[in-house]
Amino acid sequence: MQKIYLLIPLLPLFAAAVVGLFGRKLPLASAHWITIAGVAAAFGLSAYVFADVLQGNTFNGPVYTWLVSGDTTFHVGFLIDQLTAIMMVVVTFVSLMVHVYTIGYMAEDPGYSRFFSYISLFTFSMLMLVMSNNFMQLFFGWEAVGLVSYLLIGFWYTRPTAIYANLKAFLVNRVGDFGFLLGIGLVLFSMGSLDYMTVFAKATQMPDAQISLIPGTQWSLMTVICILLFIGAMGKSAQVPLHVWLPDSMEGPTPISALIHAATMVTAGIFMVARMSPLYELSTTALSFVMIIGAITALFMGFLGIIQNDIKRVVAYSTLSQLGYMTVALGASAYSIAVFHLMTHAFFKALLFLAAGSVIIGMHHDQDIRNMGGLRKYMPITWITSLIGSLALIGTPLFSGFYSKDMIIEAVKFSDIPGSGFAYFSVLAGVFVTAFYSFRMYFLVFHGKERWMQEKHDPHAHDEDHHHGLGPNDNPHESPWVVTVPLIALAIPSVVIGYIAIGPMLGDYFGTSIWVNDEAHPAMQELTSHFHGAFAMALHAFVTPVFWLAAAGVTLAWFFYIKRPDIPASIKAQLPWLYRVLENKYGFDDFYAKYFACGSRVIGNQLWRWGDVRIIDDFLVNGTARLVGRISGVIRHLQSGLIYHYAFAMIIGVLVLLTFFMKT
Amino acid sequence: MIFQDYVFYALAVILLFAGLRVITTRNPVHAALFLVLAFFTAAGIWLLLEAEFLAITLVLVYVGAVMVLFLFVVMMLDINIERVRQGFWEAIVPGTIVGGLICAEMIMILGVKHFGPDQIAAPAPKPADYSNTAELGRQIYTDYLLPFELASVVLLVAIVAAIALTLRQRKDSKYISPSDQINIRREDRIRMVNLRSEGETQPRAEETLEKREEI
Amino acid sequence: MVGLSHYLILASLLFAISVLGIFLNRKNVIILLMAIELMLLAVNLNFIAFSHYLGDTAGQIFVFFILTVAAAESAIGLAILVLVFRSMQTINVDDLDNLKG
Repeated sequence: MQKIYLLIPLLPLFAAAVVGLFGRKLPLASAHWITIAGVAAAFGLSAYVFADVLQGNTFNGPVYTWLVSGDTTFHVGFLIDQLTAIMMVVVTFVSLMVHVYTIGYMAEDPGYSRFFSYISLFTFSMLMLVMSNNFMQLFFGWEAVGLVSYLLIGFWYTRPTAIYANLKAFLVNRVGDFGFLLGIGLVLFSMGSLDYMTVFAKATQMPDAQISLIPGTQWSLMTVICILLFIGAMGKSAQVPLHVWLPDSMEGPTPISALIHAATMVTAGIFMVARMSPLYELSTTALSFVMIIGAITALFMGFLGIIQNDIKRVVAYSTLSQLGYMTVALGASAYSIAVFHLMTHAFFKALLFLAAGSVIIGMHHDQDIRNMGGLRKYMPITWITSLIGSLALIGTPLFSGFYSKDMIIEAVKFSDIPGSGFAYFSVLAGVFVTAFYSFRMYFLVFHGKERWMQEKHDPHAHDEDHHHGLGPNDNPHESPWVVTVPLIALAIPSVVIGYIAIGPMLGDYFGTSIWVNDEAHPAMQELTSHFHGAFAMALHAFVTPVFWLAAAGVTLAWFFYIKRPDIPASIKAQLPWLYRVLENKYGFDDFYAKYFACGSRVIGNQLWRWGDVRIIDDFLVNGTARLVGRISGVIRHLQSGLIYHYAFAMIIGVLVLLTFFMKT
Repeated sequence: MIFQDYVFYALAVILLFAGLRVITTRNPVHAALFLVLAFFTAAGIWLLLEAEFLAITLVLVYVGAVMVLFLFVVMMLDINIERVRQGFWEAIVPGTIVGGLICAEMIMILGVKHFGPDQIAAPAPKPADYSNTAELGRQIYTDYLLPFELASVVLLVAIVAAIALTLRQRKDSKYISPSDQINIRREDRIRMVNLRSEGETQPRAEETLEKREEI
Repeated sequence: MVGLSHYLILASLLFAISVLGIFLNRKNVIILLMAIELMLLAVNLNFIAFSHYLGDTAGQIFVFFILTVAAAESAIGLAILVLVFRSMQTINVDDLDNLKG
């Protein structure tokens, strides 16, 4: 069995290496065959492992000792339990779908084999992250997915916007990783080990340990550790204020937006917090912090999705908002619900991204939704799957998103930690906002007038590449089967997985992999007690405010964009300040650019001018030379060449010696 | 002892006076002559100290050879006295101070306190047949034989060095060095010069052809 | 009573005179050489005095060798002086500063 665990991450790695190193020499088709074979095998084995775990066989052990340093040993090890198994299946499935999709999407791209190598490498990194049993390997996987994300966002590296975006992603992630590393260091320092089980056991023995970071003040060790680790999650899972990189990451090709920035990499933070549940349960303060941040992200990112005109940006802000929902669930101690939402979201968000990609292909790489409209006649499969995905997203009863989202809202309702009131308001309001922007996009793209033959908005927006969009006589057509089959394959779980999985999720599925302190944080317990089955829950939805909020959102979207399309324009004209705030993304980017980026450059400049040029070059290096010159300039007068000077020196030397010997 | 003390003091005064005149006189010949006087006086003091051999040696070797050499050189060189006397009196103050300090310190150590007549007794008079020269000879040729030989080597080196330094080639020697002859190069003996020709010459082809035909 | 110290004091005075001579005649090489001879004379006087009063002939033997070396040294010194004069036509020390650093 151990060999199977080892094969699962290594197969995609091997495929990535072969295609990456030899991609140019092999025929083009082999790039996708090799990597798809690797990932498909990984998926098959993951499903097998999942079945094995369902029967109760978990595994926790080291596979390879990497480094021994003093008292600490760094291993490569696997922890295969229920949480890991579910993540493995989700990751490999979505990755497989994206691999197949890429055959169609990147068909004419010159970097074809490079792309496949990268996404296989990503699969390997993500698997190492979720399968790890110690913080070191977690961090390795964390950094590796960050790296591959950087490589993929900047895949079209000749585009300056892509380069800005990938650098931004990497730098913002770095800020998060800094906090993460501090947290890991603190864990090692206070508990002496990086192995999960050892740390969890030690933590329960010292729940009230104090640490004084600033001399004179005492802080709870658990709170500090949990908040530091969460800062890493904020970077990776794009929570406010480290969210700024995700919308810009849409510069990368759509398949990776689906894989990395919707389904897998951004969920690494959520996974990490769920995995660390024994630590987080010991600190209510940290949970409050998590919940408030998640609530802010959920609500305010949703607002930004309303005014976006790029189809991928809408879905990106939707991802940000849904990540906020998952974080709120974590804060309410409903870890299993957060992971459940992670899974359902992976399916329908990947579906939405891939459908958006299909639309983009159909529109000949024009991404502006103001130039679309009425596409349902031309791209039926894309239309249907898109509709399914949107319905799942907004939480339509019986769809998968309904179960996970409503559970989150209920959990927040039952939670009583500080900040839960604000969180409840945010997630409720977020339902309305989510429905509104999702169906705004849906209506503008698939219904209404066909607008691509009209005058284009921002005709020179994407001048550097070939975003020419459709000409006046071209009509879009459905994408090839390699594109539509993954859409269908993702649509199916988007519908059914919620109904199937909600019972086990709330029940016993997670077992010991997630631990909840039921006395301090009773939300989960109350939730489970109120659950009466999936179908009953669906029926019950009609009397909850959530359903009616969602319905109101859909209706308003229909009203604004199909019935009376002039209203949005007039609102924009009457409230220009609101529009400007939203367009500026609340000023985060400007603030960062002005104070952090500019500030760093200024500091760097000053250090260069004073530190490097003045002090090191001029004072130390040249100064030493000048000093030597000056001293030798003085000393050279001793060598006058005149004999009597030397004679005088000798005589005076004799005098000195005489005096010296006289004294002793 | 009284008489010897008087002799000592008289000789001491003359010695010091001569020394002072050596360093202050303008004319270097005078300086050399005063040095000769100083040596003579010193020889006299050495006689007082019962070192007869060395006293005579001082006069013979030092005065007779070295000072004569000095006089030769002084008289041979044409010295511009004015230039070398420039700044003579400027150094009197530092010189006196340094010299005075040296002298004072030495007197403090070597003075009456430690080496006076009360600390160190006058030596017993020697027997009548004591010969300083014989005693020196005995010691040199037995205990100090090696330094003696080394001293002779030093003298040899001095002779060779002095000659090698000042030797000038004879102007009428016809000596040829064979190695110089062999190492000569063509460039040292021949130099090609390009000269423009003054006019053109006609080839005398017809004459040579005729001659050939005759033969 | 003339004891050892008197001779030693005389030698010190002579030494000091010769130091003064070096200071005063720093530009005249010949007088410098003569001052050095005076210095050697003072030292020799010291040796002879000690040899007499301590009854050890070693002092006199040492003077013997000092005389030898002094003679050799003044011979070579004068030879150098002659050579310098031949090439530079001067014995002014100020002109002999080729070793100036």
